[in-house]
Amino acid sequence: MSEFLKSYLTVIVINFIALAWLIYSVIKNKKKTGESLKAALKVFIKTLPMIIIIIIFIGFLLGFLPPDMISRVVGEQAGILGVFVTAVLGSVLFIPALISFPLAASLLDGGASVMSVAAFITTLTMVGVVTLPLEIKEMGKKMTILRNVFSFVFAIIIAIIMGVIL
Amino acid sequence: MKPGEANKSNEKIKQRKSLIRDYIIMGAVIVLAASALFIFPDKSNAVLNVSKNYFIELIMILPAIMVIIGLFSVWVPKETVVKYLGKTSGIKGIIIAIALGMLPTGPLYIAFPMAAALLKKGAKISNIVIFISAWACIKLPQELVEIQFLGIQFTLLRLGLTVIFIIIMGIMIEKTIGFTDRKKIQVDENY
Repeated sequence: MSEFLKSYLTVIVINFIALAWLIYSVIKNKKKTGESLKAALKVFIKTLPMIIIIIIFIGFLLGFLPPDMISRVVGEQAGILGVFVTAVLGSVLFIPALISFPLAASLLDGGASVMSVAAFITTLTMVGVVTLPLEIKEMGKKMTILRNVFSFVFAIIIAIIMGVIL
Repeated sequence: MKPGEANKSNEKIKQRKSLIRDYIIMGAVIVLAASALFIFPDKSNAVLNVSKNYFIELIMILPAIMVIIGLFSVWVPKETVVKYLGKTSGIKGIIIAIALGMLPTGPLYIAFPMAAALLKKGAKISNIVIFISAWACIKLPQELVEIQFLGIQFTLLRLGLTVIFIIIMGIMIEKTIGFTDRKKIQVDENY
């Protein structure tokens, strides 16, 4: 796959779906289309402030903690305690997956354990401390806390199983 | 004014208040961030660069996502969501939740409004948790990159385990929520 497709596949797919559905909607029923767009604008206005805040947060997080610094910290961790520390790091940080995989590969090459790397990648994606405010707003406090706590615990279990098998 | 209408307008006022609060918080964060960059000028390039990249990604994805949520809320009848993701959807519901989450659709924070829309239309809590989790860690284009960098064995093992555990997690969270506020969920269903 070309580099271009890889980085823009998401953008292309999602915009294609939206556009196709929108065209279908206009053809089928203009009034319903208007209602849909109104609903879309409402959701947009409601979610925008949280998303802007999250983006600013991520900027500071990665601006002050560049990837090479993160990889040094994760690489130094060992044993069960190390798995726990990398899991916490993965929960707090917010790194796009396309960057996190090469980062993880370089960690493995550098001698980090499979367990730590698996814990790091899994919490990185599943547990989101940065996105907590938005998740609470949309899904409610109880579900958000349960989901993140369970995800954290299961990520560590997944990491340990992977460390034992690989 | 009937009591129901009074309730509704109260709800509206509450929503407007929380909206205004959100925008005030956003303004405060922007001002704080700007002053922080002023204090640490050597970091400002890195911070602005990262934020800029995310902002561009957002602009390319967010409008489409919002249009899809809007179309979904108007066009997809409640019965359809209940049928495919609701109480009696069973294994089929789990598979659909995972498949929906796997589509290449952008970062996790966009999944939350989507999940809220599905929940409102009658999807089961376990399926919503599975949907969010699958969205978070099983993305189609991403997995190709994971295979490329971490190898097929690592990737498949991690994905297999993840699928098993997110299903267990979905069921456990649903049981926990159902156990602690059965009453509230019943009220929501009536609504």
